[in-house]
Amino acid sequence: MTKLKIEDLDKIAEDVRRKMTIREGGGKVKITVHMGTCGIAAGARTVMSAFLNEIDIHNIKDVIITTSGCAGLCSKEPMATVEYGEQAPVKYIELNETKVKKIFDDHVLKGKFVQEYALAIGSERIQ
Amino acid sequence: MKNYRLQLMVCAGTGCVSNHSFEIKDALENAIGKHNLQNEAQVVLTGCNGFCGAGPILVVQPDNIFYQLLKPTDVPLIVEEHLVKGRPVKKFMYTPPAEKNPIPKMSEIPFFADQTLIALRNRGMIDPENIDDYIARGGYKALAKVLSSMTPDEVLQEIKNSGLRGRGGGGFPTGVKWETCKHAHGDERYVICNADEGDPGAFMDRSIIEGDPHSVIEGMIIGAYAIENVRQGYIYVRMEYPLAIKRFQIAIEHAREFGLLGNNIFDKGFNFDIEVRRGAGAFVCGESTALMASIEGKPGEPRAKYIHTVEKGLWDKPTCLNNVETWVNVPQIILRGAKWFSSIGTGDVSVDAWGGSKGTKVFSLAGKVNNTGLVEVPMGITLRDIIYKIGGGIKDNKKFKAVQTGGPSGGFIPESMLDLPVDYEELTKVGSMMGSGGMVVTDEENCMVDMAKYFLKFTQEESCGKCIPCREGTKRMLDILENITIGKGTEDDLVLLEELSNMIVESSLCALGGSAPNPVLTTLKYFREEYEVHVKDKKCPAHICSQLNTYSIDEKLCLEIGHGCDVCKKYCPDGAIIGERKKVHYIEPAKCSKCGACYDVCNFNAVKVQ
Amino acid sequence: MEYNAAEVAREISNRWGNLPENIIEMMHDVQTKLNYLPKDVLYEVSHVASVPISKIYNIATFYNAFSLKPKGKYRICVCLGTPCHALGAPRVINALERELGIKCGETTKDMKYSLEITGCVGTCGLAPVIVINEDLFGPIPVSGVSKLLKKYEK
Ligand SMILES: Cc1cc2nc3c(=O)[nH]c(=O)nc-3n(C[C@H](O)[C@H](O)[C@H](O)COP(=O)(O)O)c2cc1C
Ligand code: SF4
Ligand code: SF4
Ligand code: FES
Repeated sequence: MTKLKIEDLDKIAEDVRRKMTIREGGGKVKITVHMGTCGIAAGARTVMSAFLNEIDIHNIKDVIITTSGCAGLCSKEPMATVEYGEQAPVKYIELNETKVKKIFDDHVLKGKFVQEYALAIGSERIQ
Repeated sequence: MKNYRLQLMVCAGTGCVSNHSFEIKDALENAIGKHNLQNEAQVVLTGCNGFCGAGPILVVQPDNIFYQLLKPTDVPLIVEEHLVKGRPVKKFMYTPPAEKNPIPKMSEIPFFADQTLIALRNRGMIDPENIDDYIARGGYKALAKVLSSMTPDEVLQEIKNSGLRGRGGGGFPTGVKWETCKHAHGDERYVICNADEGDPGAFMDRSIIEGDPHSVIEGMIIGAYAIENVRQGYIYVRMEYPLAIKRFQIAIEHAREFGLLGNNIFDKGFNFDIEVRRGAGAFVCGESTALMASIEGKPGEPRAKYIHTVEKGLWDKPTCLNNVETWVNVPQIILRGAKWFSSIGTGDVSVDAWGGSKGTKVFSLAGKVNNTGLVEVPMGITLRDIIYKIGGGIKDNKKFKAVQTGGPSGGFIPESMLDLPVDYEELTKVGSMMGSGGMVVTDEENCMVDMAKYFLKFTQEESCGKCIPCREGTKRMLDILENITIGKGTEDDLVLLEELSNMIVESSLCALGGSAPNPVLTTLKYFREEYEVHVKDKKCPAHICSQLNTYSIDEKLCLEIGHGCDVCKKYCPDGAIIGERKKVHYIEPAKCSKCGACYDVCNFNAVKVQ
Repeated sequence: MEYNAAEVAREISNRWGNLPENIIEMMHDVQTKLNYLPKDVLYEVSHVASVPISKIYNIATFYNAFSLKPKGKYRICVCLGTPCHALGAPRVINALERELGIKCGETTKDMKYSLEITGCVGTCGLAPVIVINEDLFGPIPVSGVSKLLKKYEK
């Protein structure tokens, strides 16, 4: 290791920021993948990997991904909820890798939710 | 670097390690491998979480779920249910005493929720052996700020304005100490971190070092810069803390590799380095002059302080000694400002440096309280809030008796004073002191005479023997207390105890002797009736002083439940127990020496004390 | 334990730069390595580090960490910090004395166990605490003592 300069502090901090975001439970965007038994059967794990993959590609530090149990709508699995900043959470249904990509590009990165894949806006309010 | 989605924070403080937290780590890694989650979940070893009674502890982030009292065999279920399926496992969560439902989130557990973290801000958040983690939480930013944009005098002024006072016991204003050292005569100075933590029942410093060693180091570097002409610092750690010593050594090495210690730090032409020195099991070495003698390789005997150590300390050079917690506060004050710091706490320090207690104080809450562990609270909070809100009240619903603060130099505070705010001056007024932060709760089953005797025995054994009031005076006091606990005390003894105490307080060379009588004085003051029962009725109300007890065997329990198991007879050193297997046993009072062995060994509670 | 006094002394003294002021650290290393401070090693250390033997003995007797007598294979240290005391450590000591047949500060004849008191080890949440060599146990109530010792019976 070489000697640090003052600027290096920020570089190091940036490198591990994602880890810290997770530990602090912070982050601008929170994605919850619903991983009930039926969710997993319907491919929730693929959805999870797809999200993680996107995070990798875009090298995003401000996103946390968590899992939750069954969302109670087994026929519409796999599902995920995206919470962007202070905006109301959006629930997406019947996800696959392509849909994840679009959701990531539009919603996670830019804050515009993807109407056509959304089931509801705001938790548990089915419109 | 992998983009994990989960951080599994396993506590690796001394308490949790002794409860096999490393096995939890191995089990986690195993199970993660089985479920193919190694790219999603990372296991991190953290420092002490301060909730040691609940160890081993695992916190799953970002969900903030707190698991406690884990066994390696519990781990696969957690991984499968929580990590894979997103269903946190209730049965391993914390349930407050007297409640039914567990609290999943760490931040909602009252023990954690009611704390204010400055000194412990990184606890459970970083891997203490990884300097990058510390930097990611803003570490060494204060140092960068100081070296690039502040003069030593400005740093000093900031610390003075903050109102920070020493956390090692005396509460001496830190800025004033630095200033005196800075202006003392001499061209070479030292800074020292006091990590001797001798107060039996205190573990704040251990936990800080184990969990966040770099913050101590950063504080010391900043101090060295402000005081000027300091090239070398020492950290004096008690040898009973092997893990803390190791963490310090690793942290120092990493800091050196990064050029944060050594020559020309951050290319700003500032040089400073730190070495660790191990204590050798002497309480008196926490005292400034004794500590310095010990670092010089001598027996740790205090010297009279006509000349203070800030003028003539280590190797007769001006030396600034501060406690671990004091140093840890420094970077935060620099980063967030003196104003922010002094907005927390009591009093006003803008005119008089002794005029208030600012910031937070870390206490190690232990003894007969439900939640034992480390708590960091703003100055000014009441003792009641600490013990009942954060500590969760008294164990087993017993009745509170007294809380002891300040260790061997402090005193016992009774129920009627629990609404006292935590503040240097307030605690001193009632005969105790803030001390370094030990806070031991006692209940109705503790005997106050016995507790006073315990502390006196401690100081008596730890007295270095250099001056007579301390060496002989505490010995005499101990003799008297011994007599009282075996039923040979008289009412005159109580008066004599007070006289001796005052004499020792006034004439001892160092503060060890000077404060040694405090536990006796406060118990005499607030629990005099307990002493009186000992000397007049020759009884110990809590049944702790075994010589004042009468032991007998409950025939029914012995025969029907214990079936005359005969164990007590084997252990009785005096042959005072009569009986044979499967028959009722009796104690022959004339032979019984009241050692209490039978009471301890009977598995059926058949031996009774009165 | 077999050792060569001169070698042990030289190695440890070198580690601390042969500086007299580091004598306490050197003695720590001897104590850790051999479990006590043998006379011959101390004389050798005195020689290589240029510290008078009288001073070494002064230090050895002042600090609790050092022992001039050999200790048992297992050093059982009972914590006597305040919380441990309040939660019954004195009775735990009595129980250990009974089980081992020795008093505090003594070593069993077969050199297997030494019984000692230690200052607070800082894990008061686990009171009463017992440390055996490097391993820490707690809470160990009076009734848990014989079970704990069984771990070492082999
Ligand atoms: C007998 C005795 C033991 C002490 N033990 C400690 C100790 O273990 N840790 C500590 O920080 N200060 C201890 N002190 C207080 C120190 O002498 C000194 O005041 C303190 O370390 C200064 O740091 P501070 O101003 O940051 O509190 C002790 C004092 C005495 C008289
Ligand atoms: S007061 Fe006690 S510890 Fe302090 S110098 Fe005197 S004898 Fe030693
Ligand atoms: S140990 Fe208890 S049950 Fe057994 S003989 Fe003694 S008193 Fe009776
Ligand atoms: S050692 Fe784990 S919480 Fe203290």
